[in-house]
This record gives sequence, structure tokens and C-alpha cells, in this order.
Amino acid sequence: MLAKLRQSLSQVGPLIGLIAICALFASLRWETFVSWDNFAIILQQTAVIGIAALGMTMVIIAGGIDLSVGSIIALGTIVLALMLQAGWPPMAAAVAAVGACAFCGVLSGLLITKLRLLPFVVTLGMMGALRGAAKGLAGQQPIYPDDETWLNNLMQLGEKGTLPSGVWLTLGFAVLVALVLKFTRFGRHLFAVGSNELTARLCGVPVERVKIYVYTLGAAFAGLGAVLQFGYLTGGDPTTAVGLELNIIAAVVIGGASLSGGRGTVVGTLVGALIMSVVANGCTKLGLANWVQEIVTGAIIVAAVTLDALRHRKSKE
Amino acid sequence: MPPILQLSGIKKHFGATIALAGVDLTITPGEVHALVGENGAGKSTLMKVLAGIHQPDAGAMTLEGATYGPNGPADARSAGIMMVNQELAIAPHLTVSGNIMLGAEPTRGPLLDQAEINRRATEALTELGRPDIPLDTLAGDLGIAEQQLLEIARALAVGCRVLVLDEPTSSLTAADTAKLFALIRRLRDQGTAIVYISHFLEEVTTLSNRCTVLRDGATVASAPTTEFTTDDIVNHMVGRQVDELYHRTVHAPGEIVLETDQLASSPNLCSASLQLRRGEVLGLAGLIGAGRSDLLQTLFGLAPVESGEIKIAGYSGRPSPRRSWREGIGFLSEDRKTEGLALNLSLAENLTLPRLPNLINPRTLSIETGGWLEKLGVRAAGPDQAVGELSGGNQQKVAFGRLLRNDADILLLDEPTRGIDIGAKQTLYGLINALAGEGKAVLLVSSYLPELLGTCDRIAVMCRGTLGPARPVAEWTEHTIMLAATGATEDAA
Repeated sequence: MLAKLRQSLSQVGPLIGLIAICALFASLRWETFVSWDNFAIILQQTAVIGIAALGMTMVIIAGGIDLSVGSIIALGTIVLALMLQAGWPPMAAAVAAVGACAFCGVLSGLLITKLRLLPFVVTLGMMGALRGAAKGLAGQQPIYPDDETWLNNLMQLGEKGTLPSGVWLTLGFAVLVALVLKFTRFGRHLFAVGSNELTARLCGVPVERVKIYVYTLGAAFAGLGAVLQFGYLTGGDPTTAVGLELNIIAAVVIGGASLSGGRGTVVGTLVGALIMSVVANGCTKLGLANWVQEIVTGAIIVAAVTLDALRHRKSKE
Repeated sequence: MPPILQLSGIKKHFGATIALAGVDLTITPGEVHALVGENGAGKSTLMKVLAGIHQPDAGAMTLEGATYGPNGPADARSAGIMMVNQELAIAPHLTVSGNIMLGAEPTRGPLLDQAEINRRATEALTELGRPDIPLDTLAGDLGIAEQQLLEIARALAVGCRVLVLDEPTSSLTAADTAKLFALIRRLRDQGTAIVYISHFLEEVTTLSNRCTVLRDGATVASAPTTEFTTDDIVNHMVGRQVDELYHRTVHAPGEIVLETDQLASSPNLCSASLQLRRGEVLGLAGLIGAGRSDLLQTLFGLAPVESGEIKIAGYSGRPSPRRSWREGIGFLSEDRKTEGLALNLSLAENLTLPRLPNLINPRTLSIETGGWLEKLGVRAAGPDQAVGELSGGNQQKVAFGRLLRNDADILLLDEPTRGIDIGAKQTLYGLINALAGEGKAVLLVSSYLPELLGTCDRIAVMCRGTLGPARPVAEWTEHTIMLAATGATEDAA
């Protein structure tokens, strides 16, 4: 009973934090902060990080890490732009972009499992290599395809009461990932591998395959993020999303996942991503400089992890 | 001699759980004081109180007549109370001397005084009778027994007056255990007070001068060891008369379900030929490192087959854990914490992991797990509790239950009762016997000879990677097993 209460508390914790932060900004800037338009903007600005963080959540639950997602997103926007320029239909181009990103994940997964290298090192290498590949493919220039397609409208803010379709896409995939984690064997295997790889192996979990799948999925979600980012930029840019992987990891961690694996939730991750967007948005509304936002976000990451660690230490005793 | 350390009425609770309900303990220099009790009796908590990791809620501690109230491990250490835990605290990348003087490095100005470090490390090793260990070897390159020695040397180097040894022999070979005992006696004679925590009652009776039994967080008996028989100690530990600990009914062995022919797997397994029949318990005796665990792991598919053959009823080719579970072979790891269980996952998740449907209904699995917990007598809050929160014995029941839940017909059990209390042991012995009675085949590795002699139908002894012939249990005694395990009777076999 107590254990259950604690468990639900650790899931609700980030949500309480989000509500508190919203309440703070609402009390300080009611007119500008609390409006449908601002709400839609916040969600719009969370979508790219949010959708990529879904994949990262799975990677981190399985005890891994992927530092290359920022570069993957940049590469994805370039592939998408190139395909559109080559006259591919938008849907096919988007699928190709996501596929190309997923392939990068397969590569990371293979290197990690077959060569038994640390995920941190492999994906650090991939981060550099894929950024270079994106720049090379793009000829070091942003690419804006001539024809406007529906992809350009993915992140467009509409009338009052509507949300950009990219936001809906993120929410839809969030539900899907949450269901996969909870109700499928693959989901269980992710937790098992992350919690104790030796136990997973002993219990017949195909550990290597699970790892390759999860890096592939993580990269595919980064690819979806790339499609949204393309919509946001209305073009491909090889220098976009530099350092974004760290924000994505931060969202997952603020959401209560453990970097040592075996723990993490979709709701937590989305709340974590929202906390960061709300802080950015609220600070802007307060007229605070960018550097203040950065300090506040950094403090929140440390505070969230500290609270979580304290709670866990308590439950251990 | 006046006592050096005296504890009276020590109480400690965590939330609603009472860990210590009033412990009295008197430690005298020049004595080995055994502390025994079932898992969960409060030994670990008591030692953490002594080490300053936990502060007691009530009670008094005096060290040489003065009040002792450590606020942290550093306080305990400077007061001369040192612990050597079951899990060794060695920094594998530091040298021998670096480890011995770790945390108490002498300095000259801002620099390490390497000459003084070496001098004191040598002094401590000499005191232990092992000046031959080179000071500049990396600790990680030493064997377990020598790493343990480093910890004891570390205690001596900083002026230890009370040395607490927690299950020090659990991963030592018989020869190393004998050496450790000699060392303990030597320290005792030099005037160090030694607290010896162990599950092995034979060790307690041979080594200790005084014995204190804890049960449910309180001292229930404390007297010179000579006044106890092993049965007395066990009765104090469990608080009831233990009926026959081992169950062995007559089994009717059936057809052969598992057969190996000169199976080898590097580095420890050279040649193992055995036949395991339905409805029997076949015991594998031997020293630690003789290759018994390697044999089980190879059979299960966790270690690669180097040469030789495995034949399992309706199954040939290279085994893998996945395939083994599917074919009805279950494996219980000797190392519950690092391999056997995913400690921060729930009981249900641990129990059901080998066989899950593609789509999971967590509720159904929880309900199913609840049924198993009841059958196995696991004391837990519920199927969704994290398995790491349970006591060792209950954890082991869950790990064992995994084999039953997943319909294992051939059970490969590696040290199934290591580090668990007598009550849980009894449950497991009963289960093993009943399973063999139902026609399942059990391959049991154990380093505890009474257990092998009490539960197995046949026993084979492994020595340096080679498995001897299996013979009916009646043809073995502890003595002959030890002889075979140490390679003393190779011609007789």
C-alpha cells in the first residue's frame, strides 16, 4: 500500500512541479501568460523535444543513452529537404527521412552490442559523424525546397482553440509509447535490460536484439522530431538542433527516469519537456534575459534529480 | 579482562518496521565473539549502528567505559571499530599499499608520504603473516581471499581495536578459510576484539569463544560457545524446535533427461560427463572455482560450449537461455543480487520475465504472482513491491519460484540456499524434494556438505574442472567428498 503510494508520488512529483511553475508565472503575468495563444505556443515549442524524448525515454529505461539525437534531427531535416527537392511526394519524403534516422540508430545499436562499446562513447562519436554528414549532404547550407507542402504547416499555429498538428502527432505517439511500455513484452524487456542486464539474459531476454531495437526506435523518434523541426523551420538546416540532445535527456530525467536504467515514464518525460518550455516562455514574459532562463533550467534539472534521489533514499530505508 | 565495548538496550526503527528491539552485547578483547541470527534478525542494522551509519533510537553504547556515539563511519574508524563486509570495499585500480592506507594516507605537506605509506602497509601485512604480498600490485589483480586480507590489513593499519567480520568465508575456498581462521586466532591472541558474523554454525563453534544469538532484533542468548550445541543455537535462532531440516523421501528415478559427454567450457570447465534422470536430485560438490557453476551455466546457455556434447530430451544443439526456458530448463543463479534478480523491478516482473505473452495485462500477471507468493510462503507487501525490498530468504524464494512459474522440468540450482535464513532453507529443501517426487530433474550445486548429503539422491564431485563419477549419497561422507574435492583420492575414484 505504502509502496504504491510512494510509486504514484514519484510519478506525480514532476507534475506538481509543473503546476507550481505555471501558477508562479500566472500570478506574475496573468494577462500575457494565461491565454490560449500562449498555451498553443508552449505546446508548439515542446513538440520537437517531446517527440524525440519519447524515444530517449525508451533508450534510458533500457539503461542506455543516445547523445546523437541532435545531429540525427539535423540530418533528418536535410534528408527531408533533399527528397522534396528531388520531387518526392511529402509523405514519401517524410518516411525516407525517418527511415534514414532509424538507420543511424541501427548503426549505433550494432556498434554498442557487437563491439561491446559504451553507449556514451558510441553515440558521442555518432553525434560528430552525423553532424558532419548532415553538413556534407547539405553542402553546408540550409535547404529550403521550392514547393510549399503540408509539411511546412505541421507546426503552424492556427485559430484560437486549435493546436498545430505536430502537437497532436506528439501526443498520439506518446500514448502509443506509454501503451508499449506497459502492455507489451517488448516494454517489459526494456525495463528488465535496464534494471539488470544479467538477470534479463538469464531469463532468456534477447538482450542484444532489445538494445538494437531500442536505439533504432530512439533514432526513429528523433526522425519524427526532424520532420516537426522541418515544419518549424520550413526547411532543412544542418546546423539546427545543436545540443538539443541534452535538453531531451534533461526532459527525461526531470520526468523521473533513472540514468542507470530500469525507470522512466512517458507522462514524466512529457511533463519534464513542458517544464522546460514553460520556464523558457515564462521567463521571456517576465522580460528576463536568456542567461537567466539557462540558470533556472539548470537549477531545475539538479533540483528534480535531487528530490527524486531523496525520495528513493527514503523508500530504501 | 574488562569489556572493551558494551551495548545495552539498543533500539532502532525505520518507519513502522522495528529493526532492533533491545540488543545487549558485550565485547571483550582477546575474544572471538560470534553473532548469529536468521536474516532479518537485526545483525546488519546492529553493525550499521556500531559503524555510525545509523544512530540508535534508544540504548547506551560504551567504549572502554566512555560513552560511544559515532555520527558516521569516520567516527567509528577513529575510535578503532572497523568492519570487513561480505561485499569487499576494495578499490581495484589502486595498489596494495594504496588500499591498505586508503583514507588515512600519511602526507608530508601537500604530498603523499609514499615511504611512510609503504612502511605502515608492510607493517600491517607482516602482522597478518603475509609480508610476501607485493605492495605495488593492483588490488584488482589479487584473489578474493587476498583482497579480504587487504581489508583486514587496512583495519590494523589505522589502529583497530574491534574488528567486525561479516560473513567473511562466504566466497572463500576451504583452504583460504583455514588460513583466515588462523589469522583471526592470531589477532585474537594479540588482543583484538573480534565480532564474527556467520551463517555457518560449524564455523561459529570451532572459532568463537562467545556466542550471541539475535532474534527479531533482540538478544535472546549470549554465553560462552562451549555451553551451546549447534542444535541449541539453531533453536535460539528460530525460536522453535526445528523439525527435520532436510526432507528426502524415496524417489523413483525415471528416464535420462540430460546427458553430457566430456563437456568443456573455458576457463574453468575441462571435462564433465553426467546423466541426470527424471525424479532425482543430483548433487555437485567441489571447491569454489572447481567449475561447478561453469557447468550449470554451460548447460543453460550462459557460457559457450567449447567441446563435448550436451543431450537434453528432445533438444540438441547450442543452448541459449531463451531456448532453455522454452524447453523447460530453469536456472537459479548463485548470485541473487547481481545476476539472479532485477532488484528494483517488482516481484511480478521478476517472476514472469522468462515467459511473457506479446501483449501483457499487468493485472493478470500480478494476480498470478500473488498465487505463487502464497504457495512459496514469500513475506512481501504484494506482487508489485520491488524485490530488492525483501529479505534475502524471501528474495531467494522469488528467484526459485521463477523456475516453478515457468514450468521448468530440469532445475539447475546453483547454491540455492546461500545467505538465507534457516526458515527459508527449510522451505527450499521441502520444495526440492517435492519437485523430484513429481518427476522433475534437479541438478544441485552446493558448497555446504550437510545440505548435499541431506537433499541429494546421488552426488558427483568436481575437482579442477573435471567431474568425477556420480554415486549414491549413501556411499559418501563429508570426509570422502572433501577428499575428492581436493583431489586427494583420484586413484581411489
